[in-house]
Amino acid sequence: MLKKTYDWIDERLGVTPIWRDIADHEVPAHVNPANKMSAFIYCFGGLTFLIITTQIISGMFLAMYYVPDIVNAYNSVKYITDEVLLGQIVRGMHFWGASLVIIMMFLHMLRVFFTGSYKAPRELNWVVGVLIFMVVMGFGFTGYLLPWDQKAYWATQVGANIAASVPVVGPYIRILLVGGADLGALTLTRFFAIHVFFLPAALLVLLGLHFFMIRKQGISGPL
Amino acid sequence: MNDNNQKDKEGLSRRQFLTYALGGTGAFMAAAITMPMIPFTVDPLRRVGAGNFVEAAKVSDFEVGVPKKVEFTVHKKDGWVESDVKLSAWVLKKQDGTFLAMSPICTHLGCQVNGGKEGDYFFHCPCHDSFFTKDGVPKPGVPATRPLDTYAIDENALKEGKLALGAISQRKA
Repeated sequence: MLKKTYDWIDERLGVTPIWRDIADHEVPAHVNPANKMSAFIYCFGGLTFLIITTQIISGMFLAMYYVPDIVNAYNSVKYITDEVLLGQIVRGMHFWGASLVIIMMFLHMLRVFFTGSYKAPRELNWVVGVLIFMVVMGFGFTGYLLPWDQKAYWATQVGANIAASVPVVGPYIRILLVGGADLGALTLTRFFAIHVFFLPAALLVLLGLHFFMIRKQGISGPL
Repeated sequence: MNDNNQKDKEGLSRRQFLTYALGGTGAFMAAAITMPMIPFTVDPLRRVGAGNFVEAAKVSDFEVGVPKKVEFTVHKKDGWVESDVKLSAWVLKKQDGTFLAMSPICTHLGCQVNGGKEGDYFFHCPCHDSFFTKDGVPKPGVPATRPLDTYAIDENALKEGKLALGAISQRKA
């Protein structure tokens, strides 16, 4: 049945060559953990992507219950954690996954650094990687505020003041970031919009570029 | 020698085996990630149930044969928002002493019906001109086809002389 449906579509659209192109690629011996266990360090990038995927999925579902509003945000998060079926698990996935993305991404960066994979002709992919790093840090910073508890509030206060310490334009950056003179309702809606709309869009574009370049240029050679 | 064509006794090629193994592992990982989302999403299903009874009036307040409007408040829990919702019911004491507590919400498209009309039809919905008898039965030919919904009445409270109303249910046309 499944095979027949696939064949029917394939006959008309010729999808096989498309996914073959994407899926079938050479895995050099030096990056295959089956040959040498230490090659697992080449998995860090893929693992980062796997965790990012779980972040996107768990985030989408959390948005079904969360409200970005100073009156209700804390209560909605409390409701997710205490009352919704498996709410603690889904929120936990997003919470722990957030730290794990940063850890995996950092390990991936170390691997690229120490294998010298950033060198010509792959400099552009390193640049895109650093942009992804910044976007992910943005995710962490904006997501931290969303539960609107004491920790969230004061951490954002500190972050906003760090942004304000930029010479000359600092105070203006702070106002734009916070959406006013003080942290409040506008800060929360801003951070929510950045966290769930702007940054995901930026991340998907950058990841697309990242993957396109690695497929185009191939994995760097052995040490 | 070609590895891809090497088959074991059952005829499973190495390529097939690897495909199954990879597919199985991938499916397991995808399931591990997505399974918690299902209970998480369907959670509201287990929250919709029969509500508790709320005391709305005294039995002695009613006279036989004339529907009377009763207002009462229900404590409602809507996610993390708790509120007291004002509801009303048209209560009819029948000849045999039983009660019929009707919701004032029109069964056509949900407007509020007005009561106390003269003639055969006690209730009238201003939105699309539906008429209902004092038992809540719609006049033939009006947009509403179903009688007014009824509140469950707590029998135990009734014995103590109190009219306590509960969940709303539909009556058949």
